[in-house]
Amino acid sequence: MKLTLKIWRQENASAAGAMHTYELDGVSQDMSFLEMLDLLNEQLVTSGQEPVAFDSDCREGICGTCSLMINGEAHGPEVTTTCQLHMRSFTDGETITIEPWRADPFPVIKDLIVDRSAFDRIIQSGGYISANTGSAPEANSVPAPRDKAMRAFNAATCIGCGACVAACPNGSASLFMGAKITALGELPQGQPERYSRVVDMVSQHDAEGFGGCTNIGECTNACPKEIPLDVISQLNKDLRTAIAQGR
Amino acid sequence: MASVHFLPGLTPTNTAPVQKSDDAAGFYVLGDKLVDPKAPTGPIAERWTTRKFENRLVNPANRRKLNIIIVGTGLAGGAAAATLGEAGYNVKVFCYQDSPRRAHSIAAQGGINAAKNYKEDGDSTYRLFYDTVKGGDYRARESNVYRLAEESANIIDQCVAQGVPFAREYGGLLDNRSFGGVQVSRTFYARGQTGQQLLLGAYQALERQVAEGTVEQFTRHEMLEVVVADGKARGIIARDMVTGAIETHIADVVVLATGGYGNVFYLSTNAMGSNVTASWRAHRKGAYMANPCYTQIHPTCIPVTGDHQSKLTLMSESLRNDGRVWVPKKAEDCEKDPRDIPEEDRDYFLERIYPAFGNLVPRDIASRAAKYMCDEGRGVGPTVKEVGPDGVERQVRRGVYLDLTDAIRRLGRDKVEEKYDNLLDMYARITGENPYEVPMRIYPAVHYVMGGLWVDYELQSSIPGLFVTGEANFSDHGANRLGASALMQGLADGYFVLPNTIRDYLADGPFEPIDESHPAVVEARESVQERIDKFLSINGSRSVESFHKELGTIMWEYCGMERTKEGLTRAIGLIRDLKKEFWSNVRVLGSGESLNQDLEKAGRVADFIELGELMCIDALNRRESCGGHFRGESQTEDGEALRHDDEFAYVAAWEWGGDDGAPVLHKEDLIYTAIEMKQRSYK
Ligand SMILES: Cc1cc2nc3c(=O)[nH]c(=O)nc-3n(C[C@H](O)[C@H](O)[C@H](O)COP(=O)(O)OP(=O)(O)OC[C@H]3O[C@@H](n4cnc5c(N)ncnc54)[C@H](O)[C@@H]3O)c2cc1C
Ligand code: SF4
Ligand code: FES
Repeated sequence: MKLTLKIWRQENASAAGAMHTYELDGVSQDMSFLEMLDLLNEQLVTSGQEPVAFDSDCREGICGTCSLMINGEAHGPEVTTTCQLHMRSFTDGETITIEPWRADPFPVIKDLIVDRSAFDRIIQSGGYISANTGSAPEANSVPAPRDKAMRAFNAATCIGCGACVAACPNGSASLFMGAKITALGELPQGQPERYSRVVDMVSQHDAEGFGGCTNIGECTNACPKEIPLDVISQLNKDLRTAIAQGR
Repeated sequence: MASVHFLPGLTPTNTAPVQKSDDAAGFYVLGDKLVDPKAPTGPIAERWTTRKFENRLVNPANRRKLNIIIVGTGLAGGAAAATLGEAGYNVKVFCYQDSPRRAHSIAAQGGINAAKNYKEDGDSTYRLFYDTVKGGDYRARESNVYRLAEESANIIDQCVAQGVPFAREYGGLLDNRSFGGVQVSRTFYARGQTGQQLLLGAYQALERQVAEGTVEQFTRHEMLEVVVADGKARGIIARDMVTGAIETHIADVVVLATGGYGNVFYLSTNAMGSNVTASWRAHRKGAYMANPCYTQIHPTCIPVTGDHQSKLTLMSESLRNDGRVWVPKKAEDCEKDPRDIPEEDRDYFLERIYPAFGNLVPRDIASRAAKYMCDEGRGVGPTVKEVGPDGVERQVRRGVYLDLTDAIRRLGRDKVEEKYDNLLDMYARITGENPYEVPMRIYPAVHYVMGGLWVDYELQSSIPGLFVTGEANFSDHGANRLGASALMQGLADGYFVLPNTIRDYLADGPFEPIDESHPAVVEARESVQERIDKFLSINGSRSVESFHKELGTIMWEYCGMERTKEGLTRAIGLIRDLKKEFWSNVRVLGSGESLNQDLEKAGRVADFIELGELMCIDALNRRESCGGHFRGESQTEDGEALRHDDEFAYVAAWEWGGDDGAPVLHKEDLIYTAIEMKQRSYK
């Protein structure tokens, strides 16, 4: 396949960025989207131009590192991560626009790479269960009902990619946060800190500059792990309970 | 009998090996024998308990004054940083990703073993220990493996307490499944995303410590050198990958938890950034590299389809519980739609050759069997171009079927979906084929390395104060890693072993303060800067990527699933030529003072090239077949791996011999007291 690529290039956080256009030939349908970019970079280096910087690591859809806006959609046209998007989703001769995640709390570091450390800070504020090492009770001494464990598991599959934020017109990270709150809150082990957790995480979320959720639903549409919107309801419900309890 | 003085009162079950062959003559220098100075004694079941008790304590008030550097935030590093932070030490933790949550451990799919015996199917600490030593072809230390089996049950308790959502049965209790090479159900799992869930548990525990202020985390930082001052590891030189700043971090002790080096093969199931740099830099400073040639090839990966691939993807081998592996009996059927091939024309070769274990034989056996089927011309899927060991190019089919049809018939599609959903989605996504309708295609790929930096029983390398954990060390799996045992090792090391061994070392601290003007620091910083300047100044004509690819092709062809003396000798020559070309013709653009992914990669590939040469020398020396190391010259009449315990029951620990010198081989004899060496048979 032959493609025209419009790519955001930006030297560093403080430099101004701009779209650049590249023509690329010899793309196979079986390539992943990132392998297509590898091919472009190989050609750029050979011709003496600096390669396009973009993030990826596992290339299996699980680490959450890859993060591209493709034709205006987070991770592109399929419900998957960019690394698992394959070129068979595109057609010969197509023009593809590639940009970094756009959200104030995710500043651009270079080209297509953004800084998502705000997510780590949200987790630091309470996205865990306090279990000191070595003091855990026998695992089967606390049974977890299977349906609740399943819901916890489904919410726990969030890879922290940030597509939900990039897709949200408000730049809200409510889906990411709701996923964690649901994952921990559905398990018996997560109960002691359940309500302080939600209050702390929400306040950190707001402090990072993420926007509020107005139930638009773009997040869940863009989420490669299909985290359902009801984790945000769970978040709101837990938050209401916390406030009612005066936390 | 030599080298048994450290096991008083115990009767060894084997004699010390005496090597007769010398295939690698001329490529190495023989050094002194090595004895693990910290090896425990006494009855095997009491060794670890005794050691924990005997190791000195560090008073809580003093812990705050002790500084620990941990490089790596995977299961091994993340768990260790969280635990040591919680204990009150001052911890700095480093990773090259943007967040600790993205460490390569996140990709592990199948599960984690633990001797909980929840199924009452005859499991026990001893059985897990026994299976692991046997699975590793008796090339691991028995004391280390026993400790691992012992700690395995604690890991599950710890993770459940952290909220790891393991699979559960209807009553709410934990579920188990079985895994390759094992006949009991002892594997705990979270659908096909076990590594992710375990890592998130460790990551959350780590972030909790970051919030408490006991751990300081440095993301997008790459360690490029270790500081060895006055004979002890005292810090690291790291590059801030965003600004390019070269930073010095000093501590009382340094822990490497930097994962495996399977990416030396270019195509592997490892994450793109997985590398050997941290270990290799330490190796060049005096840390021994043990058994580097032991590579695990995983039988159930998605086959290569062309030359554009940047990595290979694993399909969890838990699929082998339900999937049946086969190829057509007749070569002319290979092009057919598999659904049109009748039952009687299919060769379920694993079930045929290994009736006792069938599709669940260990990875090395399943991998080689698949290779032989394809070598015979009965492979399936698209043909790919390949350069054979003779240097001749040919077209071959490299794939065998992994068929879920029977399982879907037996369990129903829903049940299969529930068990393997995300794996099958991933397969469909990558291949564009629907695995519920057409049998999947699989082929072996490089997956895990059992080799790594040599460590003693306390996980300390041959450099005092440098500890190594997880996949980066060599210690627990011998020549072959059984499924679901690496996660177990990473977490056992991180949560339970290292915290108990490092305190004995730290009891002597704090050590003499050093600062940036110490000659060892100056030397390390300067060498890092010189290397960076060198990469940027060569300005040749070939991309870093192209060197990596070429190295990978050499390694896979000559040091992959089957090795021979001739092939390995040839590979060493090819790698030496490649190294020369790299240092004179690589092209790295951009600057060192900003984010520069090609520059990062250049450093990693340069280290991979040197490692690749050592791997070939190690493989050449070991004229026996064991586990993931299969020497063509050493097989039984029916083509099975033939070990030579009398010659090679030792750990090969290599010392860096200098840029122009040959590596020095130190042998650590493996002496067993609690287990008897047997030939493996899965028939
Ligand atoms: C696809 C796949 C599936 C697997 N499935 C299973 C399974 O089901 N069961 C099982 O038991 N095992 C499995 N394994 C193996 C297992 O996942 C790994 O062996 C294990 O996770 C390694 O953990 P680790 O903590 O040692 O290293 P890693 O998780 O690889 O972590 C390495 C860390 O070191 C850091 N690092 C590396 N170099 C540097 C440097 N120079 N500077 C700074 N930081 C650095 C990285 O940033 C990272 O944080 C699987 C492996 C793969 C590839
Ligand atoms: S909720 Fe979905 S889109 Fe948001 S970070 Fe998690 S996986 Fe990514
Ligand atoms: S690179 Fe890991 S999810 Fe895409």
